[in-house]
Amino acid sequence: MKSFRIWIIGFLILLMTGCSQQSNRAKGVYMLLDTSGTYAVELTKARLIINYLLGTLQPGDTMAVGRIDTGSFSEKDIVAKVTFDVRPSVANNQKRVFKNNVNTFVTGVRQSSYTDISGGMLQAIEYLNESGSGNKYILIFSDLQEELAKGYVRDVPFELSGFHIIALNVTKLRADNQDPKKYMTRVEKWREKTIKGGGTWRVINDLERLDNILARG
Amino acid sequence: MATTGFLPTITASPFLSTLIWIILIIVAMYLARKPFHRCMVSFSLIIRNSLRLFSASVKLAEKRLNDRNRDVLLSAGRQHAERCVEREFERISTAVQRDLEGYPKVQRQLNEGLVKLEEEHHNSVEIPQMLPDWAKVIKAIASIRPNSDPIVGNMLGDIHQTLSEQHTKVLEQHRVDASKRHTILNRMVPLLRSMKKTLVGLNKSLSDLNFRAKRIDRYMDNYEQIREQSDMAMRTLSSSSLTQFFISGAVLLIALGGAIINFNLIALPMSEMVGGASYIGPYKVSNIAGLVIICLEICTGIFLMESLRITRLFPIIGSMDDRMRMMLFWIALSLLAILAGVESALAFMRDRIAADMEALRQSLAGVSPSTIVGSVIPMVGQMVMGFILPFILTFVAIPLESFVASARTILGLTAAWMLRSLAFSLRLIGHLGYYSGRLMINLYDLIIFPALWLEGVVTSGLSRTQTKDNTKKQENITGSVTMPAVDPLTENKEMAK
Repeated sequence: MKSFRIWIIGFLILLMTGCSQQSNRAKGVYMLLDTSGTYAVELTKARLIINYLLGTLQPGDTMAVGRIDTGSFSEKDIVAKVTFDVRPSVANNQKRVFKNNVNTFVTGVRQSSYTDISGGMLQAIEYLNESGSGNKYILIFSDLQEELAKGYVRDVPFELSGFHIIALNVTKLRADNQDPKKYMTRVEKWREKTIKGGGTWRVINDLERLDNILARG
Repeated sequence: MATTGFLPTITASPFLSTLIWIILIIVAMYLARKPFHRCMVSFSLIIRNSLRLFSASVKLAEKRLNDRNRDVLLSAGRQHAERCVEREFERISTAVQRDLEGYPKVQRQLNEGLVKLEEEHHNSVEIPQMLPDWAKVIKAIASIRPNSDPIVGNMLGDIHQTLSEQHTKVLEQHRVDASKRHTILNRMVPLLRSMKKTLVGLNKSLSDLNFRAKRIDRYMDNYEQIREQSDMAMRTLSSSSLTQFFISGAVLLIALGGAIINFNLIALPMSEMVGGASYIGPYKVSNIAGLVIICLEICTGIFLMESLRITRLFPIIGSMDDRMRMMLFWIALSLLAILAGVESALAFMRDRIAADMEALRQSLAGVSPSTIVGSVIPMVGQMVMGFILPFILTFVAIPLESFVASARTILGLTAAWMLRSLAFSLRLIGHLGYYSGRLMINLYDLIIFPALWLEGVVTSGLSRTQTKDNTKKQENITGSVTMPAVDPLTENKEMAK
């Protein structure tokens, strides 16, 4: 009888362990939108990507959209955030609300003078770590040209273990066209930062190839 | 020290060194020839004998397994035959109860019918009333031609009139009587028909009983053959088992297809009930919940079939008293109906969720929502399927029972075949080992053939000299005797033996 009880308890523990894997399997996506002067016009493309992501994410996943402006390391820069309910019907409604919030933001966005990508990254890392998602993705919709305002210090090393960083639509600036090395150096700099922090790095410039964007790191 | 290949050189000339080494090796090998032969023979014999022993053990296991398979097959066949005979007896009992139990009633009906017929017949044979005898006299008088006497004429006229009236009256009476007889005869027709019908029914019942008795005879013959454990019965049972295995396997595969469709119907809505983000191992809890529901339906179906005594997977259910069994049947049926209702509701919910998801997808893709009015037919179809599939899955119990029963035999046969193959392989390897040993011995002798040749020359020279001496001695003493030549192969054979 005693051994039977032990078996039952063991089985229940196994079940509970299995059930507790919810957070480990859930995806957390934080998308950073560059609103600096040169890049703000690209935001309509970002809306398409967000819609695509909303269609891809499942109940239990987390999604947030943050703005990159002069000082991005702030909760105020989170445009929309949600952790989808486990019930599909409720999750669908949450997606609709999220989509509307993003639309409102994109139509009324104001261009920023500086581009604090690192601050946005730090904010994204903090948010996703708090969400407890198993698979964490930071999507940077920017040209990766960082310009910090005077007084802003961003020499903090990123702790990106378990993070997948994906740079989207990294447009070439006029100077890049004259000297492509600048573009490569800029991309390489972010790649190095990511790898150094323990994350993975990818660049997707062709937005037609977004399928399975979250499938691999 | 310099080397020739892997051997150290002995002289300055490598060729000479090699030659010396070869000679030394051959000499060494020649000296070690007999121990090597013994060693190889022992080794090959160890391999052969141990593997033969192993093979014999496997053969024994195969024999035991075959005996067990035979027992299982015969037991299954005996049970099946018993069931068939039992069922036929039950049918006969039902038929006898239904038809022959009412035999006294039929007999009474027939007797009553016969009595009635007799009465009617008796009634019908009543002869109609004839004219009285004096009428003939009067008729004769009446037929006298009237003469001139008016009195006689009047009298005769009266007589004639009376006679005519009498005649008319009697004729009327006769017609009435004939009509009555016809009526009686008419009444006899349905009685006769009824009796004919009863007798036909009786004949049919008896023919049916006769047919069933013949069938029981056939089953009993089979049963006897199984009891006698005849080879023919074994072959028939084995073939029947194989057929059952494949047919029930095919039906189970079809049922599996049904179960998968059923699963797809309820997996999505289950995520609405138990959540779509929980996992047990690598599987979603909603999917597992859907599978559990389907498994529960199949289990309930099995219990339903058991309580109806259609299958006998759980003998305890079959051996319950009828009241309990019927209670179990109603409980299983109710549970099945509830589960079917739940599935139907889930199918409805699935349609709603799918429609909602499609609308969201269209909205996210920036496509204006479809203006085509959605048909309710798919939804109704899904609901009907959700309701019907659990009941269809109930019938899985029948092929499942056949599959389990035949799988025992098939698994036994397969295991026996594998053991037989293993025994054969072991014997083959044993023989290969033995003959490899022989080959090694022969190769060894081939390598040292110069030494053997020399040995032969020396031995023959010595034997010739010895023979000559002996011959001389024999000639001197008795006569000549020849020595048999030593055959190395024979020696090998002896050693091998």
